[in-house]
Amino acid sequence: MFNEYNPINKLMFQVIDNDGKVIDKKLMPKVNDERVLKAYKDMLFARTADLQIVSYQRQGRIFTYPPNYGQEAISGATAVIIEEKDWLVPAFREMGAMLAKGVTLKELFLLFMGYEDGNAYKNANKVLPISVPIASQMLHASGIGYEIKYNKKKELVYGFVGDGGTSEGDFHEALNFAGVWKVPVIFIIQNNQYGISTPTRMQTASESLAIKAIAYGVKGIKVDGNDFFAVLRALEEAKKVCENGEGPVLIEAVTYRKGAHTTSDDPTKYRTKEEEEEWDKKDPLKRLKQYLIDKKLWSDKEEEKIIEDFKKEVDRQFIEAENYSEYKPEDIFKYMYSEMPQELKDQEHRLKEFYRWKEERVSQTIKK
Amino acid sequence: MKVMNMVGAINDALDIKLKEDKNVVVFGEDVGVEGGVFRVTENLQKKYGADRVFDSPLAESGIVGTAIGMSIAGLRPVVEMQFCGFIYPAMNQIISHASRMRNRSRGKLETPMVIRMPYGGGINALEHHSESMEALFGHIPGLKVIAPSTPHDAKGMLIAAIESNDTILYMEPKRIYRAIKQEVSEEKFTIELGKANVITQGKDVTIVSFGAMIREVQKAMVMAKEQGISIELIDLRSIYPIDRETIRNSVKKTGRIITVTEGPKSFGLGAEIAQIAIEEAFLSLEAPPARVSGYDVIVPLPKGEHHYMQDAYKILYEIEKIVKY
Ligand SMILES: Cc1ncc(C[n+]2csc(CCOP(=O)(O)OP(=O)(O)O)c2C)c(N)n1
Ligand SMILES: [Mg+2]
Repeated sequence: MFNEYNPINKLMFQVIDNDGKVIDKKLMPKVNDERVLKAYKDMLFARTADLQIVSYQRQGRIFTYPPNYGQEAISGATAVIIEEKDWLVPAFREMGAMLAKGVTLKELFLLFMGYEDGNAYKNANKVLPISVPIASQMLHASGIGYEIKYNKKKELVYGFVGDGGTSEGDFHEALNFAGVWKVPVIFIIQNNQYGISTPTRMQTASESLAIKAIAYGVKGIKVDGNDFFAVLRALEEAKKVCENGEGPVLIEAVTYRKGAHTTSDDPTKYRTKEEEEEWDKKDPLKRLKQYLIDKKLWSDKEEEKIIEDFKKEVDRQFIEAENYSEYKPEDIFKYMYSEMPQELKDQEHRLKEFYRWKEERVSQTIKK
Repeated sequence: MKVMNMVGAINDALDIKLKEDKNVVVFGEDVGVEGGVFRVTENLQKKYGADRVFDSPLAESGIVGTAIGMSIAGLRPVVEMQFCGFIYPAMNQIISHASRMRNRSRGKLETPMVIRMPYGGGINALEHHSESMEALFGHIPGLKVIAPSTPHDAKGMLIAAIESNDTILYMEPKRIYRAIKQEVSEEKFTIELGKANVITQGKDVTIVSFGAMIREVQKAMVMAKEQGISIELIDLRSIYPIDRETIRNSVKKTGRIITVTEGPKSFGLGAEIAQIAIEEAFLSLEAPPARVSGYDVIVPLPKGEHHYMQDAYKILYEIEKIVKY
């Protein structure tokens, strides 16, 4: 597959068309109906959560949030293939993959409400926290890959980055290191056409993002990122490559950020309605849903019902996050060092002293 | 005169320089079509074209590094770092080249450029969006570091920075981007770089601060005044070089000095200014210099940020302590 779809050939790997029809049965990934249905529901859950979060944000109940809306198939397919033993190195638009690793929605809510505790995943291991400095996490993926190879483990790393992120030096260094070391890392570029307002064509003069793999001597492929099956099949193949010691692999998943960049962004400034409508036709959930309906595995009625359940679940976890415990002064000092230096202990002490003084002072003023 | 907030004042300064000097170019992430994530460069691309105001690829090292090349060749780039926490990929270019090129070439080459960057906390942001690392930058020999606290200063200082032949890091207090409005001249004017501004005269305590913290100091001053304490407020404006003379004159008069800064405490700006006070006015000091600063920790996410931030009460606390010393 990596020969046929060598990025030099300017092809995009697709399995289903915009109407959910299988283009060529031979291209299908190894996945049974039941698993596909579960993946669809998970993607639907992510979308339901996403849309709900945007409305929480409008109500002022959460700060900035970067929606996944429109990109769910990429995380959705990753969720199918990633195992407990594997590592997930996210950027910040991989909700589905994070949930699959055991991160909870509540934890994501906590983070975006402003608690670092949201990064301390209780039931998820081998997931790095969301990385805000664009593309910097890519190098960590390569480093984890080195440890896997060094200790001859049978693990994989799934590392994510955006199209904008491919412009950062760290992206190139990560690919170069991983290529030199031949480590089992699958780098996934979510090419959602924009980095905030900047279109992908202004990030690079390359014919595609996948083609960058060639220069680093690694295998690359461009896939339709709104085609669940295509992403999953590409991941399957990439996994084989890595397991044979021939990794890393670079996957460019072509998709569209249907929502705003974050809740503080206004896309009408830089893109047209026509463009958005064009991409609506390729919506990943719409396509997979049609596939399932055609196979009589799913119906609108079931969907309506499940969305109601999902909404309740999202709300439940959100309210739990809203009722999270108070952020104490010592919480800002506690995790800086393995053992707290005296200087920090003194600073914490002085902060608490200040709070005692302030409490007294404020109550005096009220009495007056 | 026109009422402007800081965003408008910075935009106006860029507009004036773009109009006046065809060597001025403005670029960075999302500064062109969108006009910047804070709308600081709004409409400038429409007005001056995409070869003078443009979106760059997402790469801070690339932005600063290419600006260095442009400036050596004769242009005057004004580049934007989208947030303070994203300048780090560019530190190599800033430290290894921008701040050294003149010295390295014994004055033959210059890098006249401005790096604009919103800094500071108090805006309920994600990680890396709230820091105030003035001390880190002030410690780079060859780099000038400035920060305005009002729309008027923002305009005059930016124009002066663009006209300067040095590399200047221009730190914008994003927390007060739109919070303060004032009458600003629509004409071109400059403010001399390196000169502090005595905002309020006073006799008991000198407070030295800059940027968004000036407003917090002013709130504390109202409370201090109720107790009959008179504060002299100095807006540093320039972090490097520091205006020793203004600090000296003030401390000689008041005998007490407090610094108010947002960055972490250790090796911070407060320590530098305290040392200047000691060197310049040792015999006038009636109490050890005090500092209100951040802590030696990562700026907490929104729910914990209030523990970190300096506010009127934290400042008043130190004022009361220093007058009772
Ligand atoms: C080093 C760095 N520079 C700038 C930013 C500000 N920023 C946040 S997201 C973003 C665009 C990212 O685009 P892309 O990589 O395509 O990811 P997407 O948001 O589309 O998922 C920018 C510039 C940042 N977070 N980190
Ligand atoms: Mg993108």
